Amino acid sequence: MSILTKFTGKNTNQYRRSAFWSYGVVIAGFILVSAMNSAGMISNSLQGQLVPICAYIAMAVSLNLVVGISGELSLGHAGFMSVGAFTGVIAATLFQSLPFLWVKLLIAIVVGGLFAGLAGVIIGVPVLRLRGDYLAIVTLAFGEIIRNVLNVIYVGLDEKGLQVATSMEGIHLSENGSMILNGPMGATGITKLSTFFAGFLLVLFTLFVVLNLVNSKHGRAIMAMRDNRIAAESVGLSATNFKMTAFVTGAILAGMSGALFALNYSTVAPVKFNFNTSILVLVFVVLGGIGNITGSIISAAVLTILPEALRQFSDYRMLTYAIVLILVMLATNNPQMKMFLSGLSKQVKAVFSKTKVYHRPQRAEEKGGAE
Amino acid sequence: MIPPLLMTAAAPLKDYKGHSLLPERDAEQRPVLEIQGLGIDFGGLTAVNDFTITLGPTEISGLIGPNGAGKTTVFNLLTKVYQPTRGTFFLDGKDTAGMNTVQINQAGIARTFQNIRLFDKMTVEENVKIGLHRDIHYGLGGALFHTPSYYKAEKRAHDRALELLDIFDMADFASAPAGSLPYGAQRRLEILRALATGPKVLLLDEPAAGMNPSETSDLMDTIRKIRDTFKICILLIEHDMNLVMGICEGIAVLNFGQIIAKGTPEEIQSNPQVIEAYLGRKKEA
Repeated sequence: MSILTKFTGKNTNQYRRSAFWSYGVVIAGFILVSAMNSAGMISNSLQGQLVPICAYIAMAVSLNLVVGISGELSLGHAGFMSVGAFTGVIAATLFQSLPFLWVKLLIAIVVGGLFAGLAGVIIGVPVLRLRGDYLAIVTLAFGEIIRNVLNVIYVGLDEKGLQVATSMEGIHLSENGSMILNGPMGATGITKLSTFFAGFLLVLFTLFVVLNLVNSKHGRAIMAMRDNRIAAESVGLSATNFKMTAFVTGAILAGMSGALFALNYSTVAPVKFNFNTSILVLVFVVLGGIGNITGSIISAAVLTILPEALRQFSDYRMLTYAIVLILVMLATNNPQMKMFLSGLSKQVKAVFSKTKVYHRPQRAEEKGGAE
Repeated sequence: MIPPLLMTAAAPLKDYKGHSLLPERDAEQRPVLEIQGLGIDFGGLTAVNDFTITLGPTEISGLIGPNGAGKTTVFNLLTKVYQPTRGTFFLDGKDTAGMNTVQINQAGIARTFQNIRLFDKMTVEENVKIGLHRDIHYGLGGALFHTPSYYKAEKRAHDRALELLDIFDMADFASAPAGSLPYGAQRRLEILRALATGPKVLLLDEPAAGMNPSETSDLMDTIRKIRDTFKICILLIEHDMNLVMGICEGIAVLNFGQIIAKGTPEEIQSNPQVIEAYLGRKKEA
């Protein structure tokens, strides 16, 4: 808990209000990008980034469920993404004879989600007994374990069915057979199924699930556990159950985005989902504001585009990236900036809602800060 | 004549004559809480020892004693925040040995805390709804996809939460963050959250702390009202003697972890041991 409690802590009402913004940002973003795309205003390199952006947004939102709403610092989220990615690829290959692309994609995403959820259950049972820093360390370890396991998994497919082994020699394919997973080489020869529209739908689905969960009795219990464990147990809520709900839901959503991500490329290696990717997604969450869903969406989109946009800085690209991160954090933590943003969002809301905006006394407003 | 409050239950599960604080109307009924020789040691220190009382199903009783006497430790033992070193207690005739905090609440004991433990950033209504959690019936599917059963159950929970808030006239603050309430109101909200879990026994840890005399007097009426409406047993720790003497039917006095006196408010007020524990011994001439 330690560092997190200070930053987290929105209540259901605030989430209900920000749900409007979350959906709004995603739909507006999709319409804008689609329009720009059809007008030919989007470069080739950015076009290639559209699906990964959707996948990263879904990753950031699902990690925010674990880190922000449940208050557990998980450093192995990319592990679930990789489970979803590779099981999704296998499912897509198994069902490649099906007629419609979107049916195959749907099956792959669902299978990816289910297997990642299973991994979430297996990892969650031991991990969620730990608290704070220990939980962070163990999730980090599990993320790496998943990647290392995937490094030695070889999967081939021929007319007799799937063959799974821990080395190349263990697989004996007939002439028509082909390899799906090649250990450290990862999945090769993937048929590209993901589209920007599918990514958009997945982001909407992720938002739908996370925001609904937050606005339910389970969400209240999860947040109660985060805010005051002793009090939550005193009213008969068992900590592990609800932490598990959040953790496994987060894992399922990460697996789904993993499947979407993998099916956008022709090859994907396990190394793609290493510790750096976990941290990258955590950076999206922290920069967007822990517990702030809309913030996660925006920061995931911006920070995925940013390294591409900074290409002109060539060697100084990552340096510039770091400086931009620091500047954004300074700016968003500035009290005057917060005041300005909260004032702005109040005015915009007043225009939209028509109802009179309730103004709290000045002192309460200063404490509140930006949403 | 035997004072009514010291009468033992007609048919107690365990014969603990002379340990009861049951008021007359509860004498014929099975006691809701039978605490038998409860004790805990922290290292070499005995914090509570041989704590034995019996509480009737609709009784209001008080636990008093000087600071550090072990009153809150008794509450922590009754809610299994600490597992007792010795003894056990029966809730509605059921042995609670081996239960944890969550199970104790589900079995029917709810509490408030001396240092308030609300969910500060959540609204007043949400705090009550968290207490109602097990009364809201829909599964995880309903929660994730907001099925009709979700809306039905949430609507019921909303109505029920407002009903509960009405007990303390707090319905107007339903959507305010709990942390923004004044101190006294936070204490009242904590009582409501505990009440929402549908307990048989309500443990109040210094409910009147930080309240002014008129608030305290309102609180006394409300505690009686809660007892009459919900037909539950209330055990409270309190330093405000006006409140304790005003509403408690039986009082147990704790000093250095031991019960030194039990009885009606009148008996306690004139008990020389109690006076000694609070004021010290007069130097013998």
